[in-house]
Amino acid sequence: MAAEKFETSLKKLEEVVRKLEGGSLSLDDSIKAFEEGVKHAAFCAKKLDEAERKVEVLIKQRDGSFRKEPFTTDDDE
Amino acid sequence: MNLFSEQTILTVSRLTSLLKDLIEENFNQVWVEGEVSNLALPASGHAYFTLKDSGAMLRGVMFRSCVKALKFKLEEGMSVIVRGRLSVYDQRGDYQLIAEYAEPKGIGALQAAFMQLKERLAGEGLFSDAHKQPLPVMPQRVGIVTSATGAAIHDILNVLGRRNAGLDLLIYPVRVQGEGAAAEISAAIDNLNQLQAADVLIVGRGGGSLEDLWAFNEEMVARAVYRSKIPVISAVGHEIDWTICDFVADLRAPTPSAAAELVCTAKEELSHQLDALLHRLQQAISGQLRLRLQNLTGLRRALHDPSRMLGHQVQRVDDLSERLDMALRNLLGRRSEQLARMEQYLAGLHPAVKISKLRQELLLLSERAERRVCHHLEALGRSHGEATARLDTLSPLHTLSRGYSVVEQLHGGTIVRNAAELRIGQEVRLRLQQGSALCQVEETYSDSGVKATT
Repeated sequence: MAAEKFETSLKKLEEVVRKLEGGSLSLDDSIKAFEEGVKHAAFCAKKLDEAERKVEVLIKQRDGSFRKEPFTTDDDE
Repeated sequence: MNLFSEQTILTVSRLTSLLKDLIEENFNQVWVEGEVSNLALPASGHAYFTLKDSGAMLRGVMFRSCVKALKFKLEEGMSVIVRGRLSVYDQRGDYQLIAEYAEPKGIGALQAAFMQLKERLAGEGLFSDAHKQPLPVMPQRVGIVTSATGAAIHDILNVLGRRNAGLDLLIYPVRVQGEGAAAEISAAIDNLNQLQAADVLIVGRGGGSLEDLWAFNEEMVARAVYRSKIPVISAVGHEIDWTICDFVADLRAPTPSAAAELVCTAKEELSHQLDALLHRLQQAISGQLRLRLQNLTGLRRALHDPSRMLGHQVQRVDDLSERLDMALRNLLGRRSEQLARMEQYLAGLHPAVKISKLRQELLLLSERAERRVCHHLEALGRSHGEATARLDTLSPLHTLSRGYSVVEQLHGGTIVRNAAELRIGQEVRLRLQQGSALCQVEETYSDSGVKATT
């Protein structure tokens, strides 16, 4: 699930930041860590921005299955 | 025993006792509805009252412990439903209701049902914290179980729109009050779980009376919420309204708007957290790079040291030689100034200069002498004139001109000043301004007019 990936990604980002802040990495490793951190941050940001605020209404059909329709407040019963 | 045979005669006590048994056995648990009147609340804490309706009245008492347990206060004229038992008061021969519980008529039944269900479900552990699920870290899809036309969906959309949360909303429209509402609500929760259509559910409705909110107090809703694998936020009515659904849900929001805020906040906080981490990441790497750059600069500086030192020395030599030069120039300047001063002084001491000076002095002095002599001569001239003038006034001739005359001895020309010098018959010369006369003394007189004899 996306949320799980998001969470692991966020955790990895946290780890990378802590390691970098520790200051014990070599320059090469620092840069690698930074690149990794940026990748995770970008992934998390993308996940956060993914939904574009759809508002739908779930309608149960005769055969028992469901159908989604855009929700409008005006033409309701 | 046949109570109604003529042979059986009962004492009052016996009859009363029989009635007491009869009544107390058959009416040991009754619910009775009526209006409170003749209410008395003495210091003992017991409550005495009469329950009445249009056709009859019933005396009643509620003992202190039961009065204390009531959530409301009994009031005169209040319509109530009372639970209790009937009891006969032997001495007075009347019966009364020993009330154990009372509730205001109307909401009472629901309230009682609510309490009952709450107690039962609590006993089963439906409300226990151990069963509560945390809200998802990053809710993306929010399932909303409520009326499509109610205040709740309006409020929720309002908040989410304002916060621009970027969430997918899936509305599952249900009836939220009346017959069948509870069944629809619980079915909606089950269906959304089956479809895995949301990360979090908001189940609720806007404010209303206890009856309006009742569906959320029903057991089937409570069970569906309890079953839900998707975390449920319960948002029923206003802040003060508590429903069974609120107790079972993973989180209770005081209102539907608050539920929407909760959902947004989770995502916003995540977004902030991500921003903060990204910031720290950038700080860390730039810190690392800065540190290394500093080290590098430090090392580079160390490498450049010798040439810098040499440069320093060269500069120092330059500086010193310049200062030396300057010092020499200054010294020369001072000496030549001194020389010029001496020369000037010497020139001042030359004899020619002295001679001309003396000459000038001489000239000045002779001029002054000349001026002095002239002055003197002028002064003399002036005093001579004055003396001549004075001489003139003192001259005998001048006196004579004023009419005086002078008597002289003929011999020697001595001027006679005293008549005693004259003898009678003596000749004297009388000198006038113009010419003179020879005169003979005939008589002489002293000043007092005495005639001299000789």
